[in-house]
Amino acid sequence: MQATMPQSRPSRPSLGLSIAGVVWVAALGLGLVGVVLRLATGEVHAGYGSYIPWGLWVAAYVYFIGLSAGAFLISALVYVAGVKRLERIGKLALFTALVTLFMALITIWFDIGHMERFWEVYVYGNPSSMMAWMVWLYTAYFLLIIAENWFALRADLAAMSRQGGLRGVVGRTLTFGRTDVGDEAVQRDRGTLRVLGTIGVPLAIAFHGGVGALFGVIAARPFWNSPIFPIAFIVGALASGGALITFVTAFFWPDRGTQEHRDLVSFLGRMVLALLALYLLLEWAEFSVGLYGQVPSESDPYRQIMTGPYWYVFWFVHVLVGALVPLAVLLLRPRSMRWVGAACGLIAAAFIAVRLNVVIPGLIIPELKGLNTAYVEPHLSFTYFPSLMEWLVLLFVVAIGVGIFYAGNKLLPLATGDESEVQR
Amino acid sequence: MPDEELAVKSAPPPGARRLSRRRMLVLGGLGGSGAVAALLTRGVEAADPPAPSAPATTKALAPVPGDRTSVLIRMQDDLQRAMAKPIEQRKWTMVLDLTRCIGCSACTVACKAENNLPPGVVYRPVLEEEIGTYPNVRARFTPRPCMQCDEPPCVPVCPVAATYKRPDGIVEIDYDRCIGCRYCIAACPYSARTFDFGLFYTSSAPEKAPYEREPSHEYGRSWTRKGDSSPIGNVRKCHFCIQRLEAGMLPACTTTCVGVATFFGDQNDPQSLVSELIASPRAQRLKEDLGTKPKVYYLM
Repeated sequence: MQATMPQSRPSRPSLGLSIAGVVWVAALGLGLVGVVLRLATGEVHAGYGSYIPWGLWVAAYVYFIGLSAGAFLISALVYVAGVKRLERIGKLALFTALVTLFMALITIWFDIGHMERFWEVYVYGNPSSMMAWMVWLYTAYFLLIIAENWFALRADLAAMSRQGGLRGVVGRTLTFGRTDVGDEAVQRDRGTLRVLGTIGVPLAIAFHGGVGALFGVIAARPFWNSPIFPIAFIVGALASGGALITFVTAFFWPDRGTQEHRDLVSFLGRMVLALLALYLLLEWAEFSVGLYGQVPSESDPYRQIMTGPYWYVFWFVHVLVGALVPLAVLLLRPRSMRWVGAACGLIAAAFIAVRLNVVIPGLIIPELKGLNTAYVEPHLSFTYFPSLMEWLVLLFVVAIGVGIFYAGNKLLPLATGDESEVQR
Repeated sequence: MPDEELAVKSAPPPGARRLSRRRMLVLGGLGGSGAVAALLTRGVEAADPPAPSAPATTKALAPVPGDRTSVLIRMQDDLQRAMAKPIEQRKWTMVLDLTRCIGCSACTVACKAENNLPPGVVYRPVLEEEIGTYPNVRARFTPRPCMQCDEPPCVPVCPVAATYKRPDGIVEIDYDRCIGCRYCIAACPYSARTFDFGLFYTSSAPEKAPYEREPSHEYGRSWTRKGDSSPIGNVRKCHFCIQRLEAGMLPACTTTCVGVATFFGDQNDPQSLVSELIASPRAQRLKEDLGTKPKVYYLM
């Protein structure tokens, strides 16, 4: 996913940056084609149907929202638990949580049949629906995360507002006139952040656990109907979100290569290693128990994951690229920023495979024997591969997310404390 | 023996065998098509089942109890009694006799026509299974309408409460409320819900066929599919043809069932045919273990 991210220092446009820029513009353009197609023709061109009603977009939504919850919980280590050695990545983690949440919300918005009716969930919300709860909780989380970002950045924005150029304009606009950078004001922000973060931790756990429960509560789908889902979702969020933060810290930090940076990345790498190992343990529990009983409705989805037509999503993308290679790297090269960063990039990107393998296998086994051949028409199929429109819309969302992240990283004081950044 | 049972319990009302032409026409009209009337007339004329001339490995269909008109007339009377009661006292129930279903899919097609359903939307497919090996082989056909569960798993999951159980037990969808998230599709254990993706049968023709511009009459309103307006972008399902019940007619699948395998009526009425049928030891419901309490029974 992060392949299109420019990897050079923003201040010195290089060949790499130019290529990344071209790739980004192309991705955005192609993505826009998909979005126009989606808006003009609805879901006619979707690859999913009535028997597999959820596909790439739902998986991508769960993936992005997991990255967000994970990144947010890492930021809570700074603002709530006060972990000193992570102090400097607090803002970066918060901003990453905001961007990935935004990506998640647009993705799922494209997935609903009546996009113009999303507001009904707030007005007519059904309290017995896990989906309604998920929407309410991520809305609260969205507002909270915006507020947290603001309080975390305000003092630096105020300092920035005295600069000239675009950064000065951004600083002046986003402070909303609150430019007090005295110790007292900064301490007040810090206190507010602690309160917000303290509310945010249970909120992030509740809403991402809720996403897991959204699948877990469906008794009609034995593959989903498991109490491990809410827990596995939270651990998976921490592993993937933590990996994303580590990747970003390793490659987008202003003063790369210092001892401090090396320690930070190394510490994050060890944390991700532990979280990924814990996730794999939960996954082992899920797969081994599901397969052991050989009850077809329960074990067939696992068999499909491992030996079905999309076996490579599990074995290649998830097991090899997303788990074994990064685990080996994190164990063998724990002090190398580049290796740790790259390994964590792989974990974060490949985690989409985990999400795909939650959403789709739960739907591919016909609920009644003979349903697959009972009535044959478009969108009545038990096989699924995302359509071009689905890929293009996802490309659009990724391009938007990367663009916002890049702009934010360039214009906002996300990594202060460094000489090149604004001084208070 | 299924047919003895049916014959004894569903003894036709007096005079049903000698149907007056007027009543037959009324019934035909209620059935919604002249074709049904013609079919019924043929049924009366051919009162005696033809002598079995099939090879030894096949079995002739059991004779219809009384005749097929008597069953339809009885269910019609059941329907009228039920409609005279307040809605909350009705409990609409469907019984499908799998030993009678011949797998002709007339019900699927009648339902498609009655509800003007587009490609990809199907309320009542007929599942086909082949059981055993030749010569000990049989085909089993299972029509699958919405089960109208008493404990419908689709209802609590809807984020906007757009789907709910009516007082008469039919699970309804509010097309104007439904946001099209398809969570209910995932939650239904019977795959009884399909999503309207906005397809048309004649979209590649120079002009859409007139029948595709006609509205469907569902949930007390007429819905013309156009652009992205409902029911396009909504989840759709069988509703026991509420529009027909309200007009005093049996569901389209019931009146068109060639093998007289589909029975419909009010379970709360002890006089009704379905009340008798669901007391049969052959009566089963699909996925009983899920606790969904379907109101569709199968005579296995």
